[in-house]
Amino acid sequence: MRKVLMGNHAASVAVGLARADVVSAYPITPQTQVIELLDELQTTGKWKGTFIRVESEHSAMAACLGAATAGARTFTASSSQGLAYMHEMLHWVAGARLPVVMVDINRALGAPWILWTDQTDSLSQRDTGWMQFYCSSNQEILDSVLMAYRVAEATLLPAMVVYDGFTLSHTYEPVDVPEQKLVDKFLPPLKYEYALDPKKAQAISSLALPKPFMRMRAKMDADMHRALDVFEEAANEFEKIFGRRYRVIEPYQCDDAETLLVTSGAVASTAQAAIDELRKEGHKAGNLKMRAFRPFPAAALRKTLKPAQKVAVVDRNYSQGHHGIFCEEMKSALYSLDERPEIYGFIAGLGGGDITIELLKEIWHETHEGRADKTNPVWMEDAR
Amino acid sequence: MSSTKEKPKKPVKTSIPMEEGLRSGHLACQGCGAMLAMRYAQKGLGRKTVFVTPACCWTILAGPAPKLSIETSLLQCPFATAAATASGVKAGLVSRGDTETQVVVWAGDGGTYDIGIQALSGAADRNEDIIYVCYDNEAYMNTGIQRSGGTPMKAWTMTTQGGSQRPKKDLDKIMEAHSIPYQATCTPGFPEDMVKKFQKVRGIKGFRFIRVLSPCPPGWKHDSGDTVALSKLAVETGAFPLYEIEDGKFKLTKKVSKRKPINEYLKKQRRFRGLKDKDIEEMQQGIDAAWVEFEKRS
Repeated sequence: MRKVLMGNHAASVAVGLARADVVSAYPITPQTQVIELLDELQTTGKWKGTFIRVESEHSAMAACLGAATAGARTFTASSSQGLAYMHEMLHWVAGARLPVVMVDINRALGAPWILWTDQTDSLSQRDTGWMQFYCSSNQEILDSVLMAYRVAEATLLPAMVVYDGFTLSHTYEPVDVPEQKLVDKFLPPLKYEYALDPKKAQAISSLALPKPFMRMRAKMDADMHRALDVFEEAANEFEKIFGRRYRVIEPYQCDDAETLLVTSGAVASTAQAAIDELRKEGHKAGNLKMRAFRPFPAAALRKTLKPAQKVAVVDRNYSQGHHGIFCEEMKSALYSLDERPEIYGFIAGLGGGDITIELLKEIWHETHEGRADKTNPVWMEDAR
Repeated sequence: MSSTKEKPKKPVKTSIPMEEGLRSGHLACQGCGAMLAMRYAQKGLGRKTVFVTPACCWTILAGPAPKLSIETSLLQCPFATAAATASGVKAGLVSRGDTETQVVVWAGDGGTYDIGIQALSGAADRNEDIIYVCYDNEAYMNTGIQRSGGTPMKAWTMTTQGGSQRPKKDLDKIMEAHSIPYQATCTPGFPEDMVKKFQKVRGIKGFRFIRVLSPCPPGWKHDSGDTVALSKLAVETGAFPLYEIEDGKFKLTKKVSKRKPINEYLKKQRRFRGLKDKDIEEMQQGIDAAWVEFEKRS
């Protein structure tokens, strides 16, 4: 059924459809509507799970840890400072191999206080062992939460679905809300084979010695790589049931493009509009949208990008003293190729500044016409 | 070989259950009060129990993976999270249809008084259906004796080498302010009292809090043979009153009609060796004043 939903509500509806057993969360702007709607769904009996209204984000993820250990399907949602506060627990949950799913609604990190979107909060969690999937529309938010459960439960890796604060979280769009029985087909009840069994005396997450620890991490890495294939299988199944197809990277007009934008999140849909205009103006322009950040889709990138192309990575995030984070990752993924495209980094829209069609076209021209800096990122601001 | 003619022995009636929840080969120091505490807690709680343990001595005492020194499941969790993790375990078990298993936090004083107090307060405030046990050895003993909020006034630790300058935080009062269904104190020197309380909490729903005073030979600097004696002296001197608060009603479970002088408790512990007569006198006055209140309330 098609409904007009705000991004945050698309996430809550997906959690209800996934029949999550335990939700634990703490409010933060711009995440609040996610948990408010879950409260409403619970109060009206439309969602049968338990909602633990914890006193902090750190405890929110701790409660997910406990519930997931007991074999429950779990969920939480946060943003910015809240996600940063959760950081310790993100590592722990991943190390414990629990298929927890959460959404992060991108919001820049203070100081100073800042409310609007940028991706530094989620990308700062790069090394926690969580999968990360970035969304460009409210439909994608709903679908990505369902996909995230499926991939997380098949790999025993936690998954974070990420979308832009306000730009998506508070924007209403028509969303196709799938029927419950179709979702049940895609997402059968969780059977976590390592679930805590009080009848057996189990020691969980006890002190490990260096050798087993190293092997556990190697196994985790292997599963993270395997997640790319699992994602493909899940996407095939998703397409069969729901008719929509998702890929780890989504090229738009890339085949014959001379210069490409690389974007993620809501900016990716603005970028498609910019590419349409550039094409109309006679330019061979394309856009590559990054959906998966972890696992990093290096093989897909190597296959899609051509050595003769110029690539402009637009990062709404920044690693101080170095680069935009997608740009960094992109360079490292392509470095081992004998022939590789030129990669240029642009920083734009930090703290929620607009990334407009005009700005994206300017970035494309700067790159295409050789004015961009190949070594250092260029900071771009829409002057309009 | 036993003769078939032999009469079957009458089962011995013990004041505490015979069944042991501890396995041999644990990693505790000699004379560890926290090990005795676990032993008696298990006798009261029985097997339908899952422990949730944050960073504390019991992170080690439970044994390195894949070993376990108790007969009950134990989930390790990060330092600040015990009460929140346990809330999740309970919700997860209930969602799978298990409403019987008791989820029990087993945490030290650092993980309770200090870094874990936010999660503890949150879980108590939500009246989560869990049992929270703080085995209180009055400092960060697992990391090598640093001061915690549970460290008594004037006590030596590695971070209060001139003696702690602040009184022990009154955690029980903080917990009482949360209006929880049950809270109690106990110590392994009084095993019947302790086991009884742990048996009793199984039958109560909602958030239950038990603080167990656990002497620690390396941290308190006492002879490892004195653990039980100190546990008893703490009660007999009135330094550690045994009580319970059920639905707001305070009751002393051990009335100490004639309290021993506090110095009998202090002098066996070298962490208090820097105390002057004046300090001991002040401590004695503090205990006497507190007991006027305890007796009034009971």
